[in-house]
Amino acid sequence: MPLNKIISITGKAVPVPGADMDTDRIIPARFLKCVTFDELAGTMFYDERFHADGSSKDHPIDAPQHAGAAIIIGGENFGCGSSREHAPQAIKRSGIRAVVAESFAEIFFGNSSGIGLPCVCASQADLATLSSITTDAPETEWTLDLAAMTISCPSCSIPVRMPAEPREALMQGRWDAVVELMNAPEAVAQLAATLPAPTYTPAH
Amino acid sequence: MGKTLYRKVWDAHTVGTLPDGRTQLFIATHYIHEVTSPQAFAMLRELGLPVLHPERTFATVDHIIPTDNQAEPLADPRAQTMLSALRQNCQANGIRLFDLPTGNQGIVHSIGPELGITQPGMTIVCGDSHTATHGAVGSIAMGIGTTQVRDVLATQTVAMSPLKVRNIRVEGTLRPGVTAKDVALHIIGKLGADGGLGYAYEFGGSAIESMEMDGRLTLCNLAIEGAARCGYINPDEKTFAYLQNRPYAPKGAEWDTAVARWKSFASDADAEYDDVVIIPAEEIEPTITWGISPDMNIGISGTVPSPEQARDAETRKAYTTALEYMKLTPGQPLKGMPVNVVFIGSCTNGRISDFRAVAPLLKGRKVAPGIKALAVPGSQMTAIECEQEGIADIFREAGFEWRLAGCSMCLAMNPDRLEGDQICASTSNRNFKGRQGSPTGRTLLMSPLMAAAAAVTGTVADPREVFDIQ
Repeated sequence: MPLNKIISITGKAVPVPGADMDTDRIIPARFLKCVTFDELAGTMFYDERFHADGSSKDHPIDAPQHAGAAIIIGGENFGCGSSREHAPQAIKRSGIRAVVAESFAEIFFGNSSGIGLPCVCASQADLATLSSITTDAPETEWTLDLAAMTISCPSCSIPVRMPAEPREALMQGRWDAVVELMNAPEAVAQLAATLPAPTYTPAH
Repeated sequence: MGKTLYRKVWDAHTVGTLPDGRTQLFIATHYIHEVTSPQAFAMLRELGLPVLHPERTFATVDHIIPTDNQAEPLADPRAQTMLSALRQNCQANGIRLFDLPTGNQGIVHSIGPELGITQPGMTIVCGDSHTATHGAVGSIAMGIGTTQVRDVLATQTVAMSPLKVRNIRVEGTLRPGVTAKDVALHIIGKLGADGGLGYAYEFGGSAIESMEMDGRLTLCNLAIEGAARCGYINPDEKTFAYLQNRPYAPKGAEWDTAVARWKSFASDADAEYDDVVIIPAEEIEPTITWGISPDMNIGISGTVPSPEQARDAETRKAYTTALEYMKLTPGQPLKGMPVNVVFIGSCTNGRISDFRAVAPLLKGRKVAPGIKALAVPGSQMTAIECEQEGIADIFREAGFEWRLAGCSMCLAMNPDRLEGDQICASTSNRNFKGRQGSPTGRTLLMSPLMAAAAAVTGTVADPREVFDIQ
């Protein structure tokens, strides 16, 4: 199945403020009791958005003016903690198509790239600008352009960063690595033969 | 210039370079559990692919398993579904599952080293961030996501770019009552919860060299809490002594060959590092978290910081949020603060050494009235050892609930969880909001010694004072 080339994403944005937004907050563990990712839409940031009794905490995600947002504006070390891919899956399945933050935890970043959810970094000052424009004028359409490495609206353009390899993978439509990983079976077999596998061995 | 262990292991496992520039990295050992693998097997079925190297994948059940009653069907039908899916997937693909009746079940990061499956010089991955633990024997061990679990099952490789390496040297002698957990929290506090972004952490220095393997496992386990995806320690005689005679370790002549090979992976004396941090061992106190991120921690003699002390605006906001959530006031000491629950266990501190360290302290003492105290061995092997050595009975007599092996109260995927805004003195690894199962529950991370002190006093306490450790 050919993958789509992810070059630019246009849509409204929504701020999800806070440093060290861990994956337990992105998706609480109780939603991980499942054997598929199919029912994760709507679970993202659940306890950040709702009280225990189900009433709203008035999180920006649930504000009518941010409805249908495609881009999350996050803080520093976004996605830290647990490796659960349920976190980016929940974000993607809730309609988000990109995350811009000050920095990302490695595993979250890799998980997101691998499912075609671009994560790009911007400076704290630029994120503050992005956030304040979005809060003042929530209808603002932002375009994240991975070719130009900018996120822009009619009134401003902000530089963003992403390591070269995942950026290439997204833009070339190669973000699901399994296709390439299957291309070198002989080389894998040769290497495997040189690397011992742990084997049960009774005591002598 | 010499090479680091990281570079040597990386190079030895490199298949080639992918079109996007990433490395195709061979995975020597792959662990799976019930939470992050069923979707990967489903993806595999969708692609019509078999498991390429079933002999290199090992499975266990840990996150969802109750630690009180494991009779099946499990009380939570969703937990039973996950366990059953794991069994079916392992059976269908010829993967070794350390299931409940095997005597080898337990937390994946406990059983891997205990069974000797985790060995020096390997690349090791698991769909679990605390996979960093396995680096303690001198391997590159990393948490991965479920899509990558699929990649490993299908190809025994992952697409990755190498990390930079930071050498963290803890030099000197640890003070009495200071454990590997305190060292880890102290490092995270110094470098920040995001300090390790882009890095693998190589832990070294005289204090680490003197540390026993279980402590090293605790230290590497927590590398990820400082944002380092991978933490490791160069293999040495302690490593080899630990592994010798374990079920999956090489035996006889193969043992000698293996040891020689393992030694060759250790970082060269003149290895080049991207960064070096030196920490005097003497500056580390028994350490405890006060906030909602593992870097929000203080020595037990310290006081809760004020947002004004934060390094920048973003951290100031984080401090304010944390103080509000934890219901703490800047300037207050944590010592003396009442706790509700004590949890000794998890992949961080559920090893035999942890229970051996605490048992003599609990002997003749009682858990304070009104405190719920849980002791949860990380594996069935550890549980058996604790029974044989009389440790389990000491915990029971002191008033602890002695439980069956599992992740328990670390992460709220099983019945062990906090209620309301309970405060938990916990030896686990994350103090995130809601982590222990109640959206308002409060976690104080600490060593097993400090948790034992909390259990017997009912408050946050300095274990050196409570147990007269000098």
